[in-house]
Amino acid sequence: MNKRQSRLLQRTYLVLIFCFMYLPIAVMIVFSFNESKSRALWTGFTLDWYRSLFHNDMILSALALSLVLALVSSIIATVLGTLATIGINSMGRKTQLLINNISYVPVVNPEIITGVSLMLLFVMAQHFGIGGEGGVFGWPTLMIAHITFNVPYVIFNVGPKLRQLDPSIYNAALDLGCTPKQAFFKVIMPQLTPAILSAFLICLTYSIDDFMISYFNSGTMQTLPIAIYSMTRKKVSPEINALSSIMFIVILAIILISNHMDSRQYRKAQTAVRTAMAEEGGQ
Amino acid sequence: MKKRRFSRLTALSLAVLTVAVLTVPALAAESIEVNEDISVSGDYDWTRFADDNITLNVYNWGLYISDGDDDSVDILSAFEKLTGIRVNYTTFDSNESLYAKMRSGGASYDVIIPSDYMVGKMAAEGMLAELNFDNIPNFQLIGEDYLGWDFDPDNTYSVPYTWGTTGLIYNTTLVEEPPTSWADMWDVQYAGNILMFNNSRDAYAIAAKKLGLSLNPASVDEVEEVMEELKDQKELVQAYVMDEIFDKMELGEAILAPYYAGDALTMIDDNPDLAFVHPEEGVNFFVDCMCIPATSKHKEAAEMFINYMCEPDVGYCNIDYIGYSTPITEVWEMLDDDLKYSEIAYPSDEVMAKAEVFDTLPDEVNSALDSQWSEMKSYDAEGSGWMILISLALALALSAFNIWRKVRRKWRDNY
Repeated sequence: MNKRQSRLLQRTYLVLIFCFMYLPIAVMIVFSFNESKSRALWTGFTLDWYRSLFHNDMILSALALSLVLALVSSIIATVLGTLATIGINSMGRKTQLLINNISYVPVVNPEIITGVSLMLLFVMAQHFGIGGEGGVFGWPTLMIAHITFNVPYVIFNVGPKLRQLDPSIYNAALDLGCTPKQAFFKVIMPQLTPAILSAFLICLTYSIDDFMISYFNSGTMQTLPIAIYSMTRKKVSPEINALSSIMFIVILAIILISNHMDSRQYRKAQTAVRTAMAEEGGQ
Repeated sequence: MKKRRFSRLTALSLAVLTVAVLTVPALAAESIEVNEDISVSGDYDWTRFADDNITLNVYNWGLYISDGDDDSVDILSAFEKLTGIRVNYTTFDSNESLYAKMRSGGASYDVIIPSDYMVGKMAAEGMLAELNFDNIPNFQLIGEDYLGWDFDPDNTYSVPYTWGTTGLIYNTTLVEEPPTSWADMWDVQYAGNILMFNNSRDAYAIAAKKLGLSLNPASVDEVEEVMEELKDQKELVQAYVMDEIFDKMELGEAILAPYYAGDALTMIDDNPDLAFVHPEEGVNFFVDCMCIPATSKHKEAAEMFINYMCEPDVGYCNIDYIGYSTPITEVWEMLDDDLKYSEIAYPSDEVMAKAEVFDTLPDEVNSALDSQWSEMKSYDAEGSGWMILISLALALALSAFNIWRKVRRKWRDNY
């Protein structure tokens, strides 16, 4: 095989993989503009589905619930998880290993087991009168469930970063007169921020995405995935295509903007380093 | 296309309403106008819970109420406006998931809408509250044909919501002779072009009817006999599907498919080449009913909701959106002639005489049905046992390789 052939093969492979990844989304976006309800026949362009999406109370309230739930639970989980990581990091080696392994279990555990076991726990709590007459199911259970399955992801995102840090920087900060609190907020935190942020984003995605665990713990409430799933007896409404397209575009925009900002910052830092080095060399 | 039918219906309904508004006031108590499409009976005290700050939890099938979607009338917000009661409306996808949710104790609903056999099962297990019909005067508007079925003989627990039948949808351009019986789904000339229900009870019903048996198996042996029939059919079946039937039939990707009459109307609207028949062996007649769970904390308000759903205007808007058949006689009278006398939506007495409703099955028959259904789905006439062996061997080889690597590393590290 000569060089050109192998280049061609590489290209084809790349295109194929991207097709598998993005073609379904492209099809969905195209069909969100389809005039009829059909998922296979193109009958004409319309924005009706977008219009009616914003008038559909059921979908909108499910979306609002999902978003608020995801935001609040990820913030709490990120804070809890970060604190846990710092605590774990200052333990002995054996305990660290043990705690890390224990917190890994919920991640490898099938979601359905987490969901059902949480539900059993809540039902038991209800039997003991917690939650009063209305029962405990609803916001409190959903929130607890989502925080629970999010915390391990934070630990496993922030933990490795924390272990990579050079402990002597922290010690140096102490030597230079920082109190431990100052040293933590001025030295450790800034270095952890990227990891914490990515942990937060992962939690957000998992939380919006989650079906199984919410399904068992939602009581009479309904998150977006549950609402969509219940449409499968009849045809799933094209409004869902419209909604998914909007969500996809918003997420894509966020990723592009944050990447752009990152790379600008990186370039700036690089130039700063280069000029500093040049100055030093000149002296 | 669907929209055109609706707008025609809406126009007719407006006409009927205008006539009603012009003639009725002199005769009956003044009706209350909630919005331009809905007026309700003035004889009923709709506002007695207005100050109690009640939220009703209503649990229904997905896309099974006229909620303002797709230019329909939002009957839920009209109810809220009329009564001051808030509605928390959520949806489920199957009778079984409704049952599981109720059983788990994780949720407390005030109005649920199970199908016939599930009403029977829940009533038998004490999960439903007895209705107080003093609060549901509109119950008398329900046609007699839809009351007193075996799952709830005296209608103690349930008020019919919608009903329908199953039947056979076929593509007129692709069949030589229109099919008339379920047996046509076993015809080899349609091999690879037959779709089948992907749910055990509906699929079982078809095979049982073909064999001339009841669609409610009496014994485990009977289940086995019918499942053999489904196994025989399997090599002719293109796919076991539910809502994919819409797309596949509309596009002509399959020739024969069973489905619910109300949805068949939608498909025929989209593709006029399609037609629907009630097979001669008899079909399944189903009723989805409104019930109140025994755990409901606002039973009287829930009864008010049920009464509201049986108001003719509300029922009309609802049926217009859902497309299934109505049990309310007055709503039927409001329909467009095309639909009113449609053999698909409102079949003749001949079809209804042979129609059968699902019963609650004894536990052992039910579990036999479930297990044999999954066995049938995984059954392969050619046999696929070797696949399991190969994957087992692969897994073994992989773990052996891993162990060998570990041992080797340890051995090497010792030096």
